[in-house]
Amino acid sequence: MSDQLVFIALQTNEDTRAVIEAIETDNPHATVHRFPAMVKIDAPGRLEINRATIEDLIGRNWDMQELQLGLISLAGNIDETEDQLVLAWR
Amino acid sequence: MQIDIRTDSVKPVRQTFANIARRLGADKPATRYQEAMYDLQPEANFHYRPLWQPEYELYDKRRTAVVMADWYALKDPRQFYYGTWVNTRARQQESMEKNLEFLEQRALLAALPEPTKELLATTLVVLRHTEWAANMNNAYVTAYGYGSAITEATMFHTMDRLALAQYLTRIGLLIGGKPAVAAARDAWLQDAAWQPVRHAVEDLMVCQDWFELFVAQNLVLDGLVYPLFYQKLDAQLALEHGPACALATDFMRVWHAETARWVDAVVKAAVQESPANAATISRFAFAWLDRFEPALAQVAQRLFGPDGGDVLAAVAAPLEKRLSGLGLSREGAAS
Repeated sequence: MSDQLVFIALQTNEDTRAVIEAIETDNPHATVHRFPAMVKIDAPGRLEINRATIEDLIGRNWDMQELQLGLISLAGNIDETEDQLVLAWR
Repeated sequence: MQIDIRTDSVKPVRQTFANIARRLGADKPATRYQEAMYDLQPEANFHYRPLWQPEYELYDKRRTAVVMADWYALKDPRQFYYGTWVNTRARQQESMEKNLEFLEQRALLAALPEPTKELLATTLVVLRHTEWAANMNNAYVTAYGYGSAITEATMFHTMDRLALAQYLTRIGLLIGGKPAVAAARDAWLQDAAWQPVRHAVEDLMVCQDWFELFVAQNLVLDGLVYPLFYQKLDAQLALEHGPACALATDFMRVWHAETARWVDAVVKAAVQESPANAATISRFAFAWLDRFEPALAQVAQRLFGPDGGDVLAAVAAPLEKRLSGLGLSREGAAS
């Protein structure tokens, strides 16, 4: 595993707000950059998105696939299950 | 010529309303739910006391024995405000309409054997009367409850109960037209098996403490009735007659699972506030549990024959477990 940056870029809207908040909570080492209409989150080495954290924030069931609706771009090797998406360089 | 596209970002001067920013600590963007829920309760400048209860203010925290430092702690985990609630229910209604249409076109409920139809008319369809009571009770909670966190959600809940009553009426119509619905009404008013339930439900309707009413209706009574009818009865009917009835009551099952999360969150927040609250709410919950469970015995017997008692116990046991999971206990109620 390297410490090279991985990132995920999401549209700024009502639906991705909780996703961004969850990423901030679960990845204290990540840096959040807010651009007009886009939020890019950089992290050295590894970034994880957890379904449970997001569900707690939005109060309903959330499907990992819903991420695609607000996704602009990402960097890193993806390891996705129903509960978690991990970005890391292998 | 080369054109460079340059982006300028405009930082909003403020992210949300001042009252929300004060609550959330920093001026960060708030969710729609937070903006539509916090601090909508009128708190000052009441010119008149309610004439019928001069000891209270028009909106008064003392209308329940439960005490909260901040009534907005009773948040709704579903985050229902008007928009999200309408969207959710509209989607569910669409699928429910399809279900009922499917049942109607194939006359699946009308084709059930006569004794089964009669059983359903005098048990399942009767629940439309308890749903109406639940509608009235939640309207009471909405009227006298304190803080828009809880009263907003109970208002949506009030409307949900009306919808549930209407669905049950439609199931009655699909089973046997107007006579089936009339038979349900007769059963509610005259059938000896239903009278203990009706008595208990009518006592609920004159319950003065709105939080007690919330617990008794939405946690305890629903916690018994919904599993009894929409899980146990559905399962039994499915064995004998296939899934026609389960198709008709699909919404009830899904709705109860969703709603239970909210009811649990509200009760849990109030219980965690103080040991005094925990004792008060324990007293509410277990007193009504001890009232409703025996009241439902005869109806359970009608539904499941000699197994009625066992089935009712199998419904009450998980409810007791749910109550203790929320921090409620019989011992706590006694102290």
